Amino acid sequence: MTDIDYKIVVGLEIHVQLCTRTKMFCGCELAFAQTPNSRVCPVCLGLPGALPVMNKQAVEFAILTAAALSCKIAGLTKWDRKSYYYPDLPKNYQISQYDLPIGSNGFIEIPLADEKTKKVRIRRVHLEEDAGKNIHTAENFSQVDLNRAGTPLLEIVTEPDINSDEEVRLLAVELQRIVRFLGVSEADMQKGHMRFEPNVNLVIKKDNAEYKTPITEIKNLNSFKALEKSVAFEAQRQLDEFLESGTCLQSGNKQTFGWDDIREVTVLQREKEEAHDYRYFPDPDLVPVVVNEKWLAEIKTKLCELPLKMQNRFVSEYGLSDYDSAVLTADRTTAEFFDSSVKAGGDAKRLCNLITQTGLKIANEKGCKVSELGISPQKLAELAEMVEAGQISATASVTIFEKMIQSKSSPAQIAESLNLLQKSDAGELEEIVDEVIAANPKAVEDIRSGDKKSKKAHGFLMGQVMQKTKGAANPQVVAKILNSKLDKGI
Amino acid sequence: MSKNILKLTCRGLRDSIAKGEVKSSDAVSAVFEQIEKHDAKIGAFLSTFKQDALKKANEVDEKIGKGKPVGALAGVPITVKDNMCTTFGTTTCASKILQNFRSPYNATVIEKLLAADAVIIGKTNLDEFAMGSSTENSGLKKTVNPWDYSRVPGGSSGGSAAAVAAQMCFAALGSDTGGSIRQPASFCGIVGLKPTYGRVSRYGLVAYGSSLDQIGPLARNTVDCALLLNVIAGHDEKDSTSVDEKTAPLCNWLEKIEQPVAELKIAVVPQLFKGADGEVVNAIKGAIEVYKKLGAEIVEINMPHFEYAIAAYYLIATAEASSNLARYDGVHYGYRTAKPADYIEVYTKSRNEALGQEVKRRIMLGTYALSSGYYDAYYLKALKVRNLIRSDFTAAFEKADCIIMPTSPTTAFKIGEKTNDPLQMYLSDVYTIAVNLAGVPAISIPCGFDKNNLPIGMQIIAPAFAEEKLLQVAGMFENETDFHTKSPVIK
Repeated sequence: MTDIDYKIVVGLEIHVQLCTRTKMFCGCELAFAQTPNSRVCPVCLGLPGALPVMNKQAVEFAILTAAALSCKIAGLTKWDRKSYYYPDLPKNYQISQYDLPIGSNGFIEIPLADEKTKKVRIRRVHLEEDAGKNIHTAENFSQVDLNRAGTPLLEIVTEPDINSDEEVRLLAVELQRIVRFLGVSEADMQKGHMRFEPNVNLVIKKDNAEYKTPITEIKNLNSFKALEKSVAFEAQRQLDEFLESGTCLQSGNKQTFGWDDIREVTVLQREKEEAHDYRYFPDPDLVPVVVNEKWLAEIKTKLCELPLKMQNRFVSEYGLSDYDSAVLTADRTTAEFFDSSVKAGGDAKRLCNLITQTGLKIANEKGCKVSELGISPQKLAELAEMVEAGQISATASVTIFEKMIQSKSSPAQIAESLNLLQKSDAGELEEIVDEVIAANPKAVEDIRSGDKKSKKAHGFLMGQVMQKTKGAANPQVVAKILNSKLDKGI
Repeated sequence: MSKNILKLTCRGLRDSIAKGEVKSSDAVSAVFEQIEKHDAKIGAFLSTFKQDALKKANEVDEKIGKGKPVGALAGVPITVKDNMCTTFGTTTCASKILQNFRSPYNATVIEKLLAADAVIIGKTNLDEFAMGSSTENSGLKKTVNPWDYSRVPGGSSGGSAAAVAAQMCFAALGSDTGGSIRQPASFCGIVGLKPTYGRVSRYGLVAYGSSLDQIGPLARNTVDCALLLNVIAGHDEKDSTSVDEKTAPLCNWLEKIEQPVAELKIAVVPQLFKGADGEVVNAIKGAIEVYKKLGAEIVEINMPHFEYAIAAYYLIATAEASSNLARYDGVHYGYRTAKPADYIEVYTKSRNEALGQEVKRRIMLGTYALSSGYYDAYYLKALKVRNLIRSDFTAAFEKADCIIMPTSPTTAFKIGEKTNDPLQMYLSDVYTIAVNLAGVPAISIPCGFDKNNLPIGMQIIAPAFAEEKLLQVAGMFENETDFHTKSPVIK
């Protein structure tokens, strides 16, 4: 048996569709699933004589994202033409960025287990226009839909710093969260807002020698699940291939594989004999973009605490679980709403429960954000404090939350008007407990017996007290009184 | 009556129409009479719009009759080179690949002409995609020189120049990438102005060499060019390379043109006279004498990089062209091969069948220049040469207000004389090409005739955005001479 060990090496090429109002170089509005060729104009159709005009919003989104990924932002950037013939590319060149990308040399931090993180280096971030779509439903011909042509795309290229299928998924999810936090993309994988193309190979140690398998690029990945599975599959396939044939990486033997979502396998699409000659040259129709300090500073005002940092802070500062913290930081407004509520004096754990269990559900039904429900962080903090202080039950807090959406009253006022304030007056409750004990000698006996009936009987007595107080008794206080009475052995 | 109308200048006609002395509809009828009589032989037009033109003329006449205000080109019959997009008729670029192409939008200059109440009567022939110096590369039609039907009208705006010279319109728009307005103007004995790069919007001008292309007027005299420049110049938000008006303010060139330039200093480049015909050199020297008499000071300068202009141009222009023309692929619009076996054949056969030899040659050249491994040696080096040529001009304009040289080394050559020798054809643009590389404005005005009674053109070059001075210097010469008033005898 030979001694063999291997490491997966993955670099990602990522395309993120920016959620600008209009296309990259013309005034057509971005739209998903419209009638084919209904969102087009002379510019994105590539008609003779039409000229591109840069979308400033797209450039600002690109700079913002590059800055969030700690990239060096180019002071001068420009547009280049990338030439290749394909029916979905109306000009037969794509306007992209070649040697002066908007951002370079950054990194993205991804969460690993136990609050550890890993930095994956970002090689470059650049802007380009998307192509249209070829449609092959007819038998003897194909059709071209150019609605998507000219959509602004942010291309992010990582260094090959990723070493497992799980890390690939974690990076993808993290990036999705970041671009959503920044508000630069809807980042919906199913809608093609984010497209990941992993470049995968293995570094194999065998008999004290090191081998590298040929790099493959995987395309056609429409979900995080597919992304993760494809890398795992590809790693195994490469290992098998290496063990069988011993093929190693040489310059130029990069292959492209497509992911078959149904069979869950990668399928060879094409062998790259040599690098494509895209004949890049600066687009003479566009002027270079100068990113001066003032503009950059203006854009950077829109930067925010990144989701992973926020998530870890919620754990370390507020004592939330990793899970709760991740739920809260899935969306920027929710996370910030929670953070503000904590800062307004609410108990973090209670606020987390109110937001994740009640707020998100209602917001979802209404199709809005938690922060848009009409409840201020201050009032939510007050509500959380009432639960914490035992003035209301957790159940009552849900009712009060719902009322707060329609009402301007404080949670205390609502609790009072709905008679939801808990009775915590020991004297008053003692009388009721005495009555219940007197009326249920069988249950008392069961409890005292100490066997398995005991717990059930205890619950029964608690329920009787709650019933008599119409649910307004503070259960903790009741339990305390009940226990002390039973212990004394009336 | 109609004969007299045709003799009017653009400005003269416009003023007469505005005053109600001449009807636009009569002017339009007159030019169509001329077109119908002579264009079968001259071949200037690829399309004409007689009905629409008469309708528009009647509208202008009606407006004037009612005392309503009218535009700067009210009722004047104008033609445009067929590489500017119009929603009416076709926009062919004289190529089979766009022979039936109808644009859904108007070029910005077309919008401006229409807003000025001009009457666009037709679209004129050109070398296919403006690639050529004789209009012989048209894929659709042959155009001859109105002064001698056995000779070329020049190119690539040969149809526009021939139409103006043959009085089949009062002015025309052309485009100039390496001399395509100035050289045909010179060959046809009219005035042609290439404005500063960025002065006129390129939106809707079918691109050849995007960093060099510029639209400009061809007319019978400098004043008419000034009038047209007034109409077409200005920033356009649809063209990122059109200059903003803070950097390059607009002015009323028509008003400025009457003023002579005081203490005028003219630069001449003696090294450049070597390559030109003796008769051409003599005409330019004669013109310089005219300026001397007007008190101008002549300074001799050297432009050390001028001779590399053609080499740099045929790398930069073709590189851009190879990319600009990639879109004519048979997929989205234009000519498509009849029975392609697969989508690759849609590309290869459509392009092979519908593009002409010269266009193919330039696409090949440009593709080669941009290819990996050659980019630095060709395209990048050409850009460096371009910068050196720019600095030659900057240095020249430190010593003088303008530079004078021939527009072309020869007068109009015979049809077919250079078609088998592309290099000889390229060399006919030796004086005009450097101007496009530098982006500066230049004008060609008539300055004499050779022994065959063929017009000779003089080129005046000014600093960027100094069209005002350029037109003034040209106007000074016109005031002293009558070459620009001569017209060919149309048989």
